[in-house]
Amino acid sequence: MYEIRLHGRGGQGVVKASQLVVKAAVAGGLYGQSIPAFGVERKGSPVFGYLRLSHTPIRRKMQVYEPDILVILDDTLITSTGTYAGLKEGGMIIINTKKRADQLHVPKAAKTIVTVDATGISEKFLGSNRPNTAMLGAFVAATQLVDAGSLFSEIEAAFGAANRQAAETAAASLVITSGSF
Amino acid sequence: MAKQVVLTGNYAAAEAAALCRPEVIAAYPITPQSSIVERLSEKVYNGELDAEMIQVECEHSAMSAVQGAAAGGGRVFTATAAQGLALMYEPYFRMSTLRLPMVMALATRKMTSPETVWSGQQDAMSVREAGWIQIFCESNQEIVDMIIEAYRLAEDPRIRIPVNVCFDGFYSSHLTEGVWLPDQAEVDAFLPDPRMSLPALLNPDHPLSLDPLTAGPILMKYRKDHLEAMTRVLPVLEEIDAAFGKQFGRSYGGGIEAYRTDDADLVLITIAGMSGTAKDAVDLAREHGIHAGLIRLRVTRPFPARQIAAALRGKKAFSVVDRSVCFGWNQGPMHMEVKAALADQSARFSHFSTIGGLGGADISLAELGQVIDKLEEVKDEPREYPVHWLLKD
Repeated sequence: MYEIRLHGRGGQGVVKASQLVVKAAVAGGLYGQSIPAFGVERKGSPVFGYLRLSHTPIRRKMQVYEPDILVILDDTLITSTGTYAGLKEGGMIIINTKKRADQLHVPKAAKTIVTVDATGISEKFLGSNRPNTAMLGAFVAATQLVDAGSLFSEIEAAFGAANRQAAETAAASLVITSGSF
Repeated sequence: MAKQVVLTGNYAAAEAAALCRPEVIAAYPITPQSSIVERLSEKVYNGELDAEMIQVECEHSAMSAVQGAAAGGGRVFTATAAQGLALMYEPYFRMSTLRLPMVMALATRKMTSPETVWSGQQDAMSVREAGWIQIFCESNQEIVDMIIEAYRLAEDPRIRIPVNVCFDGFYSSHLTEGVWLPDQAEVDAFLPDPRMSLPALLNPDHPLSLDPLTAGPILMKYRKDHLEAMTRVLPVLEEIDAAFGKQFGRSYGGGIEAYRTDDADLVLITIAGMSGTAKDAVDLAREHGIHAGLIRLRVTRPFPARQIAAALRGKKAFSVVDRSVCFGWNQGPMHMEVKAALADQSARFSHFSTIGGLGGADISLAELGQVIDKLEEVKDEPREYPVHWLLKD
């Protein structure tokens, strides 16, 4: 089972993004589970989402404390306590940023850092900073945990063709840095 | 053909309710159930569901409206939580004591104060003496299946009692996962025709006065009947679940689910969504040589006392994990009732009440593992130990 934690800000579509991954997972014969975090969400405040993908039924219904993968939709969140918390040894961080991996103060447990300018991509295709679909493109390209075609179809069905383009562009423009940090 | 779809717990409840063809739905929105009745409103508005949707001004009116419709022989549905259920209490009690069948989804939520909108089972636990049947679901699939089974149970002539189908606010209501939705023809075949199964007490062609002032000696006979009908619920539910299993290929049993209890020394007793996490905790404990098992309370009213006593026979220790409190007993309400189910046998066990998850607090795998460890520690010195609170500090 892969446990994934998403960090973003209210209004960025964190919950919807993780639901689309579950749809693509189930369409591909996997099990998926998305639980939104239950805070006092307001536009702009930090929000979390918990996502699990597995070949066997997912029984636990709880927060993700030790994620295999972190998906961070806003790089100003990296200074918040809790954003990098609990990342598993050898874990992956996928982050919306214009910065380089060595500028992100990532924890020692991280092995793979995936950077993508999802904000820039979403501004280009959607006309505003709505990075969730571009981040899904980066997520599927970097992890290949669900079928990319099926995720792109879900994105298009939920948000339209421009979002699909944003996701496909992000999938093609990510930067992967591996090693010790 | 059944189809696999990806839904939140609330949408699973709405889709299942729609498949049962309710004729009247009356509801008032409240977190965390709102998206159930929003989805049903959409379905009525766009013609997918042929029902009367009544937008009322509060939950008291919601239950009153569906009560009138049920008294007229209609199949009805509503949903609520916490403060909404509290506001509904007066017609809620009358619904069961009039013996009018219906199904109501309860996306369980902690009662205020302090102010909260998040998960907890205090709402359901606070109304467990209001004469309804209470079923708790672990997964979104179980929500679908229990709503369908619940209509057949509520309308069974041996029962005629309304049913609450309960599931955790947020941890299930807002959890997204794959579920199988049966198709309409399959559900139509499974459920009775409401024209046959529901008594139309109110009929303009044959006017009568419903529920007049009733003298105590007669009232007591109604109560005695109601209590006796409650004793038939678990066997009838087992029978309905077996029929459901035969038709749909999924089966849940009756009042409890026992998981790895056969050779267990220690037993966690859980309710609703936390049970999935607890099953993972049991498996982990077993990897470390600890003989843990789990009993999930699927039905809390009527209380499956005999089934629990049988499942605990020969075990050394147990703890009931309650997502609510019993103010009068300084422990969780289900822990208190499990002890009552064991009667004088409870002194043979090492046991304690565990309370956690109030107001949306997480119930984690690590915390449930600690409960198992504590049971292992005390298992050979039988007595009741102090309440174990899953506090976060």
